[in-house]
Amino acid sequence: MKTDLRYSEVTPKDIYLNRRRFLAAAPTAFLTARELLSPRGRALAGTKLTNLAKSPFSTTEPMTSPDVATHYNNFYEFGTNKSDPSRYSLKFKTSPWTVSVEGDVAKSRKFSMDDLLKVAPLEERIYRHRCVEGWSIVVPWIGYSLSALLNLVQPTAKAKYVAFQSYWDLAQMPMARPDMAGIDFPYVEGLRLDEAMHPLALLCVGMYGETLPPQDGAPVRLVVPWKYGFKSIKSIVKIKLVSGQPPTTWNLANAHEYGFYSNVNPEVDHPRWSQAKEQRLPSFFKNHPTQMFNGYASQVAGLYAGMDLRKNY
Amino acid sequence: MLKGPPGLLTGKWTKVLVFLLCLAPCAHLVAVALAYVLQPDLTTGLWRFLVPSLPPNPLDFFTHLTGDWTIRFLVITLSVTPLRQLLGVPDLIRFRRMLGLFAFFYGSLHFLTYLWFDKVFDLHEIWKDVAKRPFITAGFTAFLLMLPLALTSTKGWIRRLGGKRWQRIHRLIYASAAVGVVHYYWLVKSDIRLPVLYGALVAAALLYRLVTSMTRRARQRSAAVKPVPA
Repeated sequence: MKTDLRYSEVTPKDIYLNRRRFLAAAPTAFLTARELLSPRGRALAGTKLTNLAKSPFSTTEPMTSPDVATHYNNFYEFGTNKSDPSRYSLKFKTSPWTVSVEGDVAKSRKFSMDDLLKVAPLEERIYRHRCVEGWSIVVPWIGYSLSALLNLVQPTAKAKYVAFQSYWDLAQMPMARPDMAGIDFPYVEGLRLDEAMHPLALLCVGMYGETLPPQDGAPVRLVVPWKYGFKSIKSIVKIKLVSGQPPTTWNLANAHEYGFYSNVNPEVDHPRWSQAKEQRLPSFFKNHPTQMFNGYASQVAGLYAGMDLRKNY
Repeated sequence: MLKGPPGLLTGKWTKVLVFLLCLAPCAHLVAVALAYVLQPDLTTGLWRFLVPSLPPNPLDFFTHLTGDWTIRFLVITLSVTPLRQLLGVPDLIRFRRMLGLFAFFYGSLHFLTYLWFDKVFDLHEIWKDVAKRPFITAGFTAFLLMLPLALTSTKGWIRRLGGKRWQRIHRLIYASAAVGVVHYYWLVKSDIRLPVLYGALVAAALLYRLVTSMTRRARQRSAAVKPVPA
């Protein structure tokens, strides 16, 4: 099913999930009034996406409430507190948007959001999402397999890895500075080509039946459900096919703690905490057992056959 | 010299007021916990003001609130001596023991949050954490260092130990605050601004003590060596 929705024609809708709580919060009342009155504050977030195909990859586990998934975010471009991204990304401008797909490909090309929405039928995929910090959520993402996009540009024989890059603009993201966030910008991530071509790897444009809100990576992000959340790069502007393993932001910040692969693995601890259990939000307790490859082992374990996952963390 | 209205610092009710103020973060915590358990409509009544929104991650919320207030009360407690000397308000001393006990109170809640919510009282896992993870070891050490101070905080113990000895023991708070800052610094993922700020405040408070004690000693020594001219 193709959607004939034009991303740029979408009727702006208030970030209604935010409004009530913001209005009630006295300390932020001033900021809130300003943000809500600002016409740019409503850019694109929250447009219904319809005609979604169901996916056999979806879990039947109970979904996390959208309120949690949109107010507890790691998106350091908008601040390092979990509540910062939903607060400081209200004016994030996601239209026009261009994703350049380039590098070792036969047909490099720049995609508008309208182009991207036409690459393949949109599916809803309910995935477990496990953060390296030890919490997890279950989210109904919307998108299609990244492989559909990569097949379109035809990777050459030289292409062995895929490098991703996030949008970075200090005017819109004043906190996206190394001295404030402690990581370098723009945010970059990477996958091996066979990982990127795996059908579970999702190019994501929406969640909970709507387009992505800024704090969750609008307008287009990656979702790699068998890896820790930081691999699922947000607000993508560039996808480059390359021959060597590309640098990745958290690995650059702290190679000892964050490896290139970063597959969810209950047996390999983070140097500072155990990864054996997780907290399924909004539970009080960190008592939910973490599964190998976040429960997607039967699909993806083959990608890592013969590899020492302790060394390739 | 700063002179407030007479009786402001020495008044009976001031201490009660400060006590209640120090309890405010705890009251916030209790309100949020109740909101989780009772699931009321947060847009109505008092809830609107007490808990405008439910924090998405309760474990995170409790851990950070209690941890933040532990280090804040440690810094506040350590600032009492410099402030009363620099501002000339010796009466501030009345609050110091209470402030220190609040550091211990929030530290205990912080520790309890870890034991209960994070580890669900899994002793084996807790022991592994304390032994293996430097930032947990540091936090645990900072808490243990506060324990004897809290236990000997009563008037009876001051009498039993004698003022001098009691004071010497209670210098353990210097170590606790320093190790607490290290705990904070080691646990953040990349944004080190807050741990560095608290580190600077603790360092300033300790440096002040070092300098004043050195000058005092130097003055005593020179007073002892040089005979007073007749």
